[in-house]
Amino acid sequence: LDLSFSSQDLNFQQQVRTFFAEKLPDDIRNRCDRGLLMGKDELIRWQSILNQQGWLVPNWPEHHGGPGWTLTQKYIFSQEFANASAPLVSPFGIAMIGPVLIEFGSEQQKKRYLPRILNSEQFWCQGYSEPGAGSDLASLKTRAVRDGDHYVINGQKIWTSYAHWADMMFCLVRTDPHAKAQEGISFILIDMKSPGIEIKPIIGMDMGHTLNEVFFDNVKVPVENLVGEENKGWTYAKFLLQKERNFVARVSQSKRMIERIKDIAHQQRVGRGFLIDSADFKRRITQFEIDLMALEYTELRFLARQIDGQPVGPEPSILKIRGTEIQQGLKQLLVESLGMYAAPYENDKMTIESDFLSIGPDYMHGILAEHLYGRASSIFGGSNEIQRNIIARMLLRS
Amino acid sequence: MDFKFTDEQRMLKDSVERYVSEKYTFSVRGQSIFSSLGYSIQHWRLFAEMGWLALPFDERYGGVGGTAVDMAIVMKALGRGLVLEPYLSTVVVGGGLIQTAGSEAQKEQYIPQIIAGELTLAFAYLEPQSRFDATDIETTACRDDSGDKEVYCINGHKSVVYQGRSADKIIVSARTSGAVNDRDGISLFVIDQGSAGIQRRDTKTVDGQWASEFIFENVNVHESNRLGAEGGAIDTIEHVLEASVSALCAEAVGAMEAANEISKEYITVREQFGVTLSTFQVLQHRLVDMQIETEMAQSMSDVLAMHIRDRDALCSQVVSATKVCVGKAAEVVGQGAVQLHGGIGITDEYSIGHYYKRLMMIDILFGNRDYHCDRYERLSA
Repeated sequence: LDLSFSSQDLNFQQQVRTFFAEKLPDDIRNRCDRGLLMGKDELIRWQSILNQQGWLVPNWPEHHGGPGWTLTQKYIFSQEFANASAPLVSPFGIAMIGPVLIEFGSEQQKKRYLPRILNSEQFWCQGYSEPGAGSDLASLKTRAVRDGDHYVINGQKIWTSYAHWADMMFCLVRTDPHAKAQEGISFILIDMKSPGIEIKPIIGMDMGHTLNEVFFDNVKVPVENLVGEENKGWTYAKFLLQKERNFVARVSQSKRMIERIKDIAHQQRVGRGFLIDSADFKRRITQFEIDLMALEYTELRFLARQIDGQPVGPEPSILKIRGTEIQQGLKQLLVESLGMYAAPYENDKMTIESDFLSIGPDYMHGILAEHLYGRASSIFGGSNEIQRNIIARMLLRS
Repeated sequence: MDFKFTDEQRMLKDSVERYVSEKYTFSVRGQSIFSSLGYSIQHWRLFAEMGWLALPFDERYGGVGGTAVDMAIVMKALGRGLVLEPYLSTVVVGGGLIQTAGSEAQKEQYIPQIIAGELTLAFAYLEPQSRFDATDIETTACRDDSGDKEVYCINGHKSVVYQGRSADKIIVSARTSGAVNDRDGISLFVIDQGSAGIQRRDTKTVDGQWASEFIFENVNVHESNRLGAEGGAIDTIEHVLEASVSALCAEAVGAMEAANEISKEYITVREQFGVTLSTFQVLQHRLVDMQIETEMAQSMSDVLAMHIRDRDALCSQVVSATKVCVGKAAEVVGQGAVQLHGGIGITDEYSIGHYYKRLMMIDILFGNRDYHCDRYERLSA
């Protein structure tokens, strides 16, 4: 047993730190530090900087533009990413459809889409959930019917994050309504400018717009946009879900949050003193610090197992459950740290110069938005209850 | 970064685990609980034969020179079977104190005896008022000014000394100078069981062991039985208690692992409403939460053993963080396991209640969660 990184890995860590210190724009860092979401322009700016460095797509193979890192290097990169308060890149192209196309896509699809993901020319969204298919994703009903060299698509997707930014959607559709649920699904790429697509915003309880409903009314999609084989879509979707699960614990993000909570507690006045003088409040921070330490070492232990070539079991689900519980707990503590200043909330004025910003301490802006938006983390990507079902199935099988 | 064991460590793990699963059955343990020693001397001799009692000691005294990681391997395996034999009190705590503070002569005398299974130890360091604070000592050790200056006279009350009844010798912390709570002025003495002036009251503990209250009234101890310099024992005590927390946490992880397995087995067999309990989602999720807590505790236990081995700057903080993490996990797993069993879970006859009771006491031993949260905050400040 040994906890330390090799000297090569430590050199790499230093190199990554220097890069973030020099290249991450201040305004973006500041927004991210407050827990505010990025605009599309800011995201493109940041992704371009990463791409120029060759670090935008850690999980892609080298011949498609990946950096060729080891698992440990990828881990270090993701930790430093968060330490630097750098905003996460748009995952739909980079972390999701990219790896699927590399694994299952046609040569033509790879040539066409991968470079555009790399240079942030094309944004993607994920067409999975439907009004009747949430956690039970395989019951989806959106139909794709073959008509000559096209599929004709009818139906509806929901909770589609950033559909309004997207040029393309990767979408699960039903191609065989008679097969068993998982076996009649295909994986298809849809141009969001196709006639017959309608996007309706869903305003979140944070009053922000990231989610959408997407309606398909006889949308024609060329057959060449099918990924892999017809009716094999579930296999690709599962592959994608596994890709999505690396480093889900978000330990470094949570560490940054604890730092913020401490900063605020040192500034937030309580009578003659400060919030940090409260033994109760301090104890709650301590409890999170310890939980987070345990999560961090668990992530490292699991990572070591993976490097050792052991098959992946319930580890990603464990990390997701515990990671999101800690994130949500910390976002709760952030809100509590504000006292009454949790109440003032004008979502549309938080980023522009306005009178609203003169209300309350500077650090309050963003916290409520982050808290409210963060309630989704235990729901999306397979809710924490679904994760527990997955773990239970593995436990009870063995 | 490496969480793998060496080949030797894997062999050690296999041999202790095999012994526990094959020889240390629940009914064997049940017989030992009510024996006069509270454990089995045959099993203890077997520990000696297997070389497990030699593990942490210097090769110079016949030991193996093992690290905290090796100790964690043994303790985790023992924890799986709720082993009663005094490994923690004799090898980890008592042996640790002697190895850390003992003179050359003392080590040459005691360590080979421990390794041979001929000397068992208990550490009397807490007092009724001290709660978990090892510096809070009212017990005094004064040199006899009128008579023999090489003899100390000990007076005081030591409480809930695990294995105090069966141990051949008791290691006692006492104040040779300074005020209660001073770090300086604490000394350690090795005292023979049955020395004149010792009053001992024994009690069974809730987790199936024996513990004792010790009243010392003018107990005379020769200075050759003092461990380390006069008044300078606190660093030794803290050092050994930290290593003991590591060993105890490993034991806890073993016990939790076993409790989870027993619970899983039970709900996959037991039927109600015409189906096995394992088909109920609410029970599945409870089992999963127990498993998650155990994984967290396992990670902290592994990491703590490495810190104890390397004695780095973060070590003391990780000790407290681990104790808090393990204490919470022990509660979730212990109570969850009883609940998953239903009625049979609250009986003496079935094993799971015994796991719960040991896990409860592990949460308290060497400082409970409140104590270690305080300590963690103090050390981080």
